Amino acid sequence: MSETGLPTTDGRRLIAAARRRDLLFAGIGLAVLFVATAVLLALVLDLVLTGAPHIDLDFLTSYPSRRASRAGILPAWVGSALVMLVTAALAIPFGIAAGLYLEEYAPRNRVTDVIEINITNLAGVPSIIYGLLALGVFVYGFRLGETILVAGMVLALLVLPVIVVATREALRSIPREVREAAFALGADKWQTVSMYLLPAARPGILTGIIVALARAIGETAPLVTIGALTFIAFLPPPPITAQPPFVSFEWLGSPFTVLPIQMFNWISRPQAAFHELAAAAGVVLLVMTLAMNGLAIYIRYRARRLLG
Amino acid sequence: MTLAAPLPAEPAPPSARPDEARPAEIRAKAAVEDLSFWYGPKQVLFSISMPVAEGCVTALIGPSGCGKSTFLRCFNRMHDLYPGNRYAGRILLEPEGIDIIGPKTDPMVPRMRIGMVFQKPNPFPKSIYENVAAGLRIRGVRSRTVLDAQVEKSLRRAALWEEVKDRLHASAHTLSGGQQQRLCIARALAPEPELLLLDEPTSALDPIATAHIEELIDELSRRYTIVVVTHNMQQAARISRFTAFFHLGRLIEFGPTEEVFTRPRETMTQDYITGRFG
Ligand SMILES: Nc1ncnc2c1ncn2[C@@H]1O[C@H](COP(=O)(O)OP(=O)(O)O)[C@@H](O)[C@H]1O
Ligand SMILES: [Mg+2]
Repeated sequence: MSETGLPTTDGRRLIAAARRRDLLFAGIGLAVLFVATAVLLALVLDLVLTGAPHIDLDFLTSYPSRRASRAGILPAWVGSALVMLVTAALAIPFGIAAGLYLEEYAPRNRVTDVIEINITNLAGVPSIIYGLLALGVFVYGFRLGETILVAGMVLALLVLPVIVVATREALRSIPREVREAAFALGADKWQTVSMYLLPAARPGILTGIIVALARAIGETAPLVTIGALTFIAFLPPPPITAQPPFVSFEWLGSPFTVLPIQMFNWISRPQAAFHELAAAAGVVLLVMTLAMNGLAIYIRYRARRLLG
Repeated sequence: MTLAAPLPAEPAPPSARPDEARPAEIRAKAAVEDLSFWYGPKQVLFSISMPVAEGCVTALIGPSGCGKSTFLRCFNRMHDLYPGNRYAGRILLEPEGIDIIGPKTDPMVPRMRIGMVFQKPNPFPKSIYENVAAGLRIRGVRSRTVLDAQVEKSLRRAALWEEVKDRLHASAHTLSGGQQQRLCIARALAPEPELLLLDEPTSALDPIATAHIEELIDELSRRYTIVVVTHNMQQAARISRFTAFFHLGRLIEFGPTEEVFTRPRETMTQDYITGRFG
């Protein structure tokens, strides 16, 4: 016992107990993390080991074929890329605009509340429901057909809530001092938003876009529902042409397939050779996703460096 | 408009600057008349009337929570940014006598003419240059030469130019707290405001940075009309020409700083400045 009456040995024991608790918790956390990472790593490794040997220029530039040795993924990756282009072109501006409106402009009333709840819930709707909606509205209702445009539209709808929510979160996390400083300088609402809030929210919005596009590129169900082809031996018309005006949007109306559907198609065949091709296509899909992420991270890094 | 009763026509010039020629007549830059303010249902300002003398520093003192910031933020309608707030009374901005808080006055009108520096330094997440240029860009100034000149002038007035002239395009967040606050002052000065509002500009700073800012306020008072909130009485005594003492949302006493500090009319003021409460 010390002079103050506090049992010093007990103090040490308490600290030791706290240390043990911390260690135990860190241990459990590490174990869980390890299991999760190990499973993921094993899956990716298996995919790469099986698929990588099949990836060469021929594989990327050939059409699918009944013979595994001649089959390629040209229409699939081109389809995926074009669909993602449409998705991004629709989901990014609409998502940011909607998030901006809800966070900065919408009056606080019942209608706004209903819209907010709906958007949050939309993020949880199974994707095949979106497929059914697109089939009914876009394919049959608007007679847009089973095209790249419709595929891009349905995926844009699917990931819109992600971008809306990310935009709102990013705007909300800007300290109110920044907003007040802008208004105090005499800025109007649009100046405050465009000159100060959006730039400050950019990293958060970009993160939302990465998550959204990564989800969209892996989607299969809604595209099958709207009638994506599973076997296709031609490319959509090129977006760039030799004659003026040098750009063409004919490809929007073209039938298509995408990488996940191509993979599914090969997986369902009995021959093992096709299973290996599916793995190879999976690797390409992963690389495309990582490339998109990499681009977004690079933009975000540059934005951060500029903003400090 | 000349000042009515609360301001003596010719207050004795503070002994600190006897050499300086004062205008024979001090005019009001703004006149607060019977101002009350509510955050939702909660009233925090009660019928405040006082003038803001042109070309002088007016200090607002009083215990924490007495409504100093709330009062200051009425001048540039900052309360309009949040729903449910309500003003009553008038704040006339001279010489035209525009009622700042009048329901027909667009909040942009006072904000274009009044600058504000906040308690916590709040530079934009942009470069030093862009922070100072912000007010000009908002007013549609595009010319590089005008921007460059005004940015330099404002940074010089804020006594920051020498420290940052070689890294104008570095992020404002690379500056120290005291430098950031001077940057915020430069940002507020750049559009040449008629009135400058400072809300405890030194409370987040260390003593050296505080001394810097106090010197700066003294310097700026030759050119601008300044209203400064402070909970530091020595600071109020050092830098201001007039002092207003607030307590629980009421203006207890207003007068030349010397008088308020040496022979206050109210015992409450006496108690506060001698440190008996607050
Ligand atoms: N946004 C707000 N909503 C409701 N009450 C507030 C708000 N801001 C301040 N108050 C209250 O108003 C009173 C005055 O606050 P304030 O003006 O910040 O005082 P001071 O700046 O003198 O310390 C305090 O009682 C404070 O709690
Ligand atoms: Mg305050």
